[in-house]
Amino acid sequence: MTVTDRRTEEEREGRAEVDVAGATRPRHPLRWVASLVLLVLAAQLVHLLVTNDNFEWHVVGEYVNASIIGHGIAITLELTVVAMAVGIVGGVLLAVGRLSENRLLRGACGLYVWFFRGIPVLVQLVFWYNLSALLPRISFGVPFGPEFVSGETNHMITPLLAAILGLGLNEAAYMAEIIRGGLLAVDPGQTEAAHALGMSDARTFRRVVMPQAMRFIVPPTGSQVINMLKATSLVSVIALADLLYTVQSIYNRTFQTIPLLIVACLWYLLITSILYVGQSFIERRYARGATRQAPQGFWDFALLRRRAKTPEVPS
Amino acid sequence: MTTAMVHAAGVRKRFGHLEVLNGIDLDVAAGEVVVVLGPSGSGKSTFLRCINHLETIDGGSIHVDGELIGFRAEGGRVRHLRKREITRQRREIGMVFQQFNLFPHLTVLQNIVEAPTGVRREPSARAREHALELLRRVGLEDKAGAYPRQLSGGQQQRVAIARALAMRPKLMLFDEPTSALDPELVGEVLATMKSLADDGLTMIVVTHEIGFAREVADRVVFMDDGLVVESGPPSQVLENPANPRTKAFLSKVL
Repeated sequence: MTVTDRRTEEEREGRAEVDVAGATRPRHPLRWVASLVLLVLAAQLVHLLVTNDNFEWHVVGEYVNASIIGHGIAITLELTVVAMAVGIVGGVLLAVGRLSENRLLRGACGLYVWFFRGIPVLVQLVFWYNLSALLPRISFGVPFGPEFVSGETNHMITPLLAAILGLGLNEAAYMAEIIRGGLLAVDPGQTEAAHALGMSDARTFRRVVMPQAMRFIVPPTGSQVINMLKATSLVSVIALADLLYTVQSIYNRTFQTIPLLIVACLWYLLITSILYVGQSFIERRYARGATRQAPQGFWDFALLRRRAKTPEVPS
Repeated sequence: MTTAMVHAAGVRKRFGHLEVLNGIDLDVAAGEVVVVLGPSGSGKSTFLRCINHLETIDGGSIHVDGELIGFRAEGGRVRHLRKREITRQRREIGMVFQQFNLFPHLTVLQNIVEAPTGVRREPSARAREHALELLRRVGLEDKAGAYPRQLSGGQQQRVAIARALAMRPKLMLFDEPTSALDPELVGEVLATMKSLADDGLTMIVVTHEIGFAREVADRVVFMDDGLVVESGPPSQVLENPANPRTKAFLSKVL
């Protein structure tokens, strides 16, 4: 079989003058098919949302701004913030402990991480909630010596405290690993340079190592915050009136299950979206010195006002 | 010992089973510029790092300006110093690294004022003024607001020198300051170092730049296998080495 070569003799020899400006691009029929499929699916979704009465959109509208939902959101946010704070502070301490020169401390911190990462957070929550069955009384004082404060566990461990302990202590184990990774990612030469300048260990950590480790710590911490917001919904099992528990308690009375779950979904989505924007901004803040670009203001960033790209050459 | 800025006697250091320093004796007078030469693995960088106690020595002693570094001797007993004390001793000794080790998250000016304001508690206005003066001295006064990554290697190293000088050290240690630089950037760093030497700063320089040794050093020290093999004025050590190992090394690098 012979293949006809339609090129002229000159073209084959590479001697012809060629200008590639205005060359046609290859076609991609599969891309068109994919776009078409997606458009059909989107149309079906819109059709479903509009025509299916089971969504009961008027119920969604009725409850989305209800003050009882607001209370649930407040509990969800409060839990997220406090449990995350416990997680971050605990994580820093554990990470520093795991990098310590003291072998016992290193081992103990490693054990903590192993233990709390190894048990599902739902189990931990239920455990803290039922702590009184294990320890009926809790007291603080000198070990094996006199007590200063003591009380009934059932009075001290409220559902809120059980939720904070369960979510926070579990989070500390994950944050410890994230922070340790960030600290290890900083060039040891940085510590040496700081020491050579006569800076103490504490100052070196605070002024030199930590700010650089933040670049590695912030992105995964951002997703931890978003995970935490969602994980707070687990506390509905210990009867704490967070966003999910609140909508559940309403639809258990009214049987408007789907619209109320949609209310919860809308709020979760809104809050995670806000967190996402915040996270991206913090990331840029800590990228200082890592790129040659100047930092961008928050609102410019949040409103997607991107920097002008290199202007295209006018034709 | 009272007149020497650095007095090292029988300094030994090992990493595991590897003996890196086998008894280094070296005196450096105030205002003297000593260049340390030697093949890689001869222990010259390790010795430099022992002087400001980035490495703890295993034997012998190092005094800087009459003060025992890293240890305290009283009543016939020797103790390790606490970190606080070591930190205080290091403030008097500036160090410049092969990899510059500037703080990438701080601007040039912030890099320089960090230690004076944070460690020496200098008022920030004064530290700033001193920093700008040092930047002028290394020829980078227009780069005060830049981040290290925006600078060339040679510029970064000159900032690192200014940063070390900002602590007003009695002694400057240079650990292969030009080895990480592109050849065309070496000159600017060496010129900066030469001007410091001309001002009478006491300097110990580990380098492979024989030309710098010849021109600037008051004394050249040749190290091999963790020992000082030969020491003397550059003309003598570089042109007429007495030791066969010095000869062999110089014939390779010259």
